[in-house]
Amino acid sequence: MTASVSVPAPGWAELQHARGRLTARERVALLLDAGSLSEIAAGAAGDADAHGDGVITVQGRIGGRAVCVFAKDFGVAQGTLAELHARRITRLQQHALRSRMPLIGLYDTAGLRLQAGLAACTGFAEIARHAARAQGVIPQISVVLGPCPGADALLASLSDFVLMANDDAELYVSGPDAVRAVTHTQVTTQALGGAALHAQESGLADGVCDNDVQALLKLRRLFAFLPSRQGNGWRAEAAPWPCLDDAGREAPALDTLIPADDATGYDVKELLHEIADAGDFMELRPAHAANLVTGFVRLEGRSVGVVANQSAVLAGAIDDAAARKAARFIRFCDAFGLPVLSVVDAPGFLPGVAQEQAGLARHAGALLAAYARARVPLVTVVVRRALGAAGVAMGARALGADLVYAWPQAQIGLIGVRGAQALGGLAADAQQALAPSTAASAGEIDEVIAPRHTRACVIRALAQLAGKNYLPQEP
Amino acid sequence: MFSKILIANRGEIACRIIKTARRMGIKTVAVYSDADVRALHVRMADEAVHIGAAAASDSYLNIERIIAACRQTGAQAVHPGYGFLSERAAFPRALQEAGIAFIGPNPGAMDAMGDKIESKKRANAAKVSTVPGHLGVIRDAEHAVQIANEIGYPVMIKASAGGGGKGMRIAHSADEVADGFARSRSEASSSFGDDRVFVEKFIVQPRHIEIQILGDKHGNIVYLGERECSIQRRNQKVIEEAPSPLLDEGTRKRMGEQAVALARAVNYDSAGTVEFVCGQDKSFYFLEMNTRLQVEHPVTELITGVDLVEQMIRVAAGEPLALRQEDIRLNGWAVESRVYAEDPSRNFMPSTGRLTVYRPPAECVQDGVTVRNDTGVFEGGEISIHYDPMIAKLVTHAPTRAQAIEAQAQALDAFAIEGISHNIPFLSALMRHRRWREGRLSTAFIADEFKGGFVLRAPEGALARRLAAVAAAMDALTWPRQGGAGLGPQARTVLLGEQAHAVMVDCVPGAWRVQDVATGETLRVVSDWVPGQPTWHGSVDDETLAVQVRRIAPEGEEGVLLSHAGTRVAARVVHPLAAEMLRHMASRAGARGGTQLRSPMPAKVLAVMVEEGRAVQAGEVLCIVEAMKMEISLSAEQSATVSRVVAQPGDVLALDAVILEFA
Repeated sequence: MTASVSVPAPGWAELQHARGRLTARERVALLLDAGSLSEIAAGAAGDADAHGDGVITVQGRIGGRAVCVFAKDFGVAQGTLAELHARRITRLQQHALRSRMPLIGLYDTAGLRLQAGLAACTGFAEIARHAARAQGVIPQISVVLGPCPGADALLASLSDFVLMANDDAELYVSGPDAVRAVTHTQVTTQALGGAALHAQESGLADGVCDNDVQALLKLRRLFAFLPSRQGNGWRAEAAPWPCLDDAGREAPALDTLIPADDATGYDVKELLHEIADAGDFMELRPAHAANLVTGFVRLEGRSVGVVANQSAVLAGAIDDAAARKAARFIRFCDAFGLPVLSVVDAPGFLPGVAQEQAGLARHAGALLAAYARARVPLVTVVVRRALGAAGVAMGARALGADLVYAWPQAQIGLIGVRGAQALGGLAADAQQALAPSTAASAGEIDEVIAPRHTRACVIRALAQLAGKNYLPQEP
Repeated sequence: MFSKILIANRGEIACRIIKTARRMGIKTVAVYSDADVRALHVRMADEAVHIGAAAASDSYLNIERIIAACRQTGAQAVHPGYGFLSERAAFPRALQEAGIAFIGPNPGAMDAMGDKIESKKRANAAKVSTVPGHLGVIRDAEHAVQIANEIGYPVMIKASAGGGGKGMRIAHSADEVADGFARSRSEASSSFGDDRVFVEKFIVQPRHIEIQILGDKHGNIVYLGERECSIQRRNQKVIEEAPSPLLDEGTRKRMGEQAVALARAVNYDSAGTVEFVCGQDKSFYFLEMNTRLQVEHPVTELITGVDLVEQMIRVAAGEPLALRQEDIRLNGWAVESRVYAEDPSRNFMPSTGRLTVYRPPAECVQDGVTVRNDTGVFEGGEISIHYDPMIAKLVTHAPTRAQAIEAQAQALDAFAIEGISHNIPFLSALMRHRRWREGRLSTAFIADEFKGGFVLRAPEGALARRLAAVAAAMDALTWPRQGGAGLGPQARTVLLGEQAHAVMVDCVPGAWRVQDVATGETLRVVSDWVPGQPTWHGSVDDETLAVQVRRIAPEGEEGVLLSHAGTRVAARVVHPLAAEMLRHMASRAGARGGTQLRSPMPAKVLAVMVEEGRAVQAGEVLCIVEAMKMEISLSAEQSATVSRVVAQPGDVLALDAVILEFA
């Protein structure tokens, strides 16, 4: 067993502040409600100090709701992972699992402690095992506020959501030395794992912030959208959130959101801001697969997951990244009792060799499966096109949606008007076949609604589905 | 009286005419182009006829289509509004041939007043005061001095063939005239190959004042007082008022009588406007006559109580004027602001797009104050590139000028528009401008007072403290969600732009008490605003206040933008601990660097003037785009180095599309 270092050196806080960063303790204090913090020790000898071995482990409240938090402390042994460090985190994981509390990890670390040797590897494996077992049982969130290399990169990625902050935050599995040794190329740590890379290309980061404070306040906001425990399950409506907005509020601007020209795009986020309580919409992974929007909206105080085709990007076509993004998000909502609202304008899947090579079929299949297996309330609004298999994959009635609405200009069917004409059909026939009234008489949609009434409609639908029995099975 | 009329126009004026016609029990027909299928005037009219493509020449300017629309619907008369066909004599002539009445003057009067030289001659003949000058050839310097002495100083010496200020001189004395004459003549000769120059009176700090007249087909003509429209930007009126703060009863009467004399000389038989340029000494000189309803007619309607559109319809139907000159009394004061889709902080560049929020202040008559809003748009509607970018005309009327201005300022603060840029902050700042409030106007007012263009400022002093209190009260609505909130006052820090205001916020019955920790000053905030509403209405220490509230894009995580009285500031309310921690983050600010040049409007790239790696200076032209059929230069706001050229000539850009990136 390696000797543990206990407290940051004098002057550490001043040094961090000069760099525009906070200490681990300050981060935890800012994240939690004032006065709610209490320490959770490792329950092992040698753990007398709250800073013990480069990590702080506490329990507290955010917005009045219980949460467990660990924060890697770069001021103590560079926040590196060794035996006691690992034992403290594992103990916190067990505590959170036993009491069904969400778990948050703040990462700012140099990785595994070399001096600890195999003990560090074993400790890492223990944390990973607990994190994996906690998936779908308690919500887990990671915030990367500094370096997060190697094993820690894997641990952070095991959580449901990842936020990244600071221009020197970086998360990568293999560092520049390994890259140079193997590929003889020189790369910076930023190029390997900076926030921009994870926001766009990898899609690993759900949100990116400028600094520690923004990230922790954003985390508080994200946390508010998570469900609360009720009885034996997680329920979205259990979170106390007084709604000041009028449930019946009309949004006249939505009547003209869809351009007269079918080939013209629009920003679906305008719809989400319009229907949400006071515009309260939180987007996740905005820069990755931007052709499909995922996030949370609040409807009459209730937190609701949203999946929406983004007409303004790639015309809203679904590609492999978009399918993965949506499927993962729907699985999270289903696991934690959050209803899913799908806003559909799906012209089709993105065609091309690159897409097939990327395994679009499997990823799109996973999206279908995520909807089909979901037990939470599913409400779908078709705003323009729901065509072919892509239209079905966005939460169609036949796939299991509970209530489906369509805007008057919706086109629901197998192929679009132009496609039908190309096959020798008449435009008028195709239009008739695609009209929402046709889909309504086939039972594929429940009601054609005026765009301005969308908010009232969705809120009413969610109320109607409140009794749906969707408590996930506890392992 | 007609039973059905057609309005050959669009936008607010078409809507305004429909309102009066409806009140008179007359059915209305709207016409519309491809771009106006969803427009408000189309919805308001009893019938609507499609007349062609978006370009005005294919629709609103097409006489044949409009006559065909009349035939199709059985409309007996046409009101042309302003702009489009309203001043083309060919239009009433064509209508006459088709047996349809024109709600406007006879074509002869239009012809007479449509030509600048002809109208000046008519004015001289009718003994209307015109700018003193000598239009004949001037022989030599001596002759020029002699003329100048007759006119009175200062005088302007101009090249007959001139333009663009070349060969133009202002002279304040006989010596200056002699000198200026020689120089102007040689400049005129070298620049234009024509050495003729002329001399006329130079009006220092001119004001634009116009007289509204109204005539019928029976020879009756009255004047309805004046309007002052001196607040102009590039010859475009921005704010109008009636009456003028310059005129006295005697001058008003003289101007009115001259305007009537001119109208009589051309047998004028509808509503019209005689424009004058006035000196600060109340001297006035005929400029031109507009043979149509003016944009700014509502200010006259509010001070006279006369509905000008109704009068136009009645006289067009052959009724004699029921008004005599002695019936017309000016009552109170009216002020009109033109709300445009343009960006005042980007040199008033026009803006187009969807109005995602459009909530004008409520039209009402309350405590002697009238608020009127003439508009042709609606929430969700589109400001298209094809027509005039005017959104609305906001008019207020009150017993005194000061009250009318105050009402206008408050109404502007309460006007919520989103989706496009608009000039409300500029209008709002204008309404508080001391020189405007004192009525010391000239047509150069905006050029003089906003020399470097309009800059949105952050609020300061007492206004900043009041806005901080408003922000704190807004935040207090969300306490139940923040956790750990008990009873009793809470400490918060309001980050208002660069300033931090530490406050204690207490919820008392019906109000919030916000105490500034530094000064001990306590403000009482009352409002029934809830999050999501674009306009905060309420009061701070019993003073009524309207503040525009917008979340900072994309999600408002970093607070809201508060706009009030032509100021704007980002406001964020946090716990004192977070405020303290945010201070430490300052050393990270700017580390990201990297700015971009973005397209201020949907546009097409004509040329990119810089290449990658080029260091540019503030003010240097970077790119030229075409939008709304205008070439617009985009220049650097600060010195920087171009790191990437994103847009290429020929590219079509959406609003905010990146054109260049800077290191």
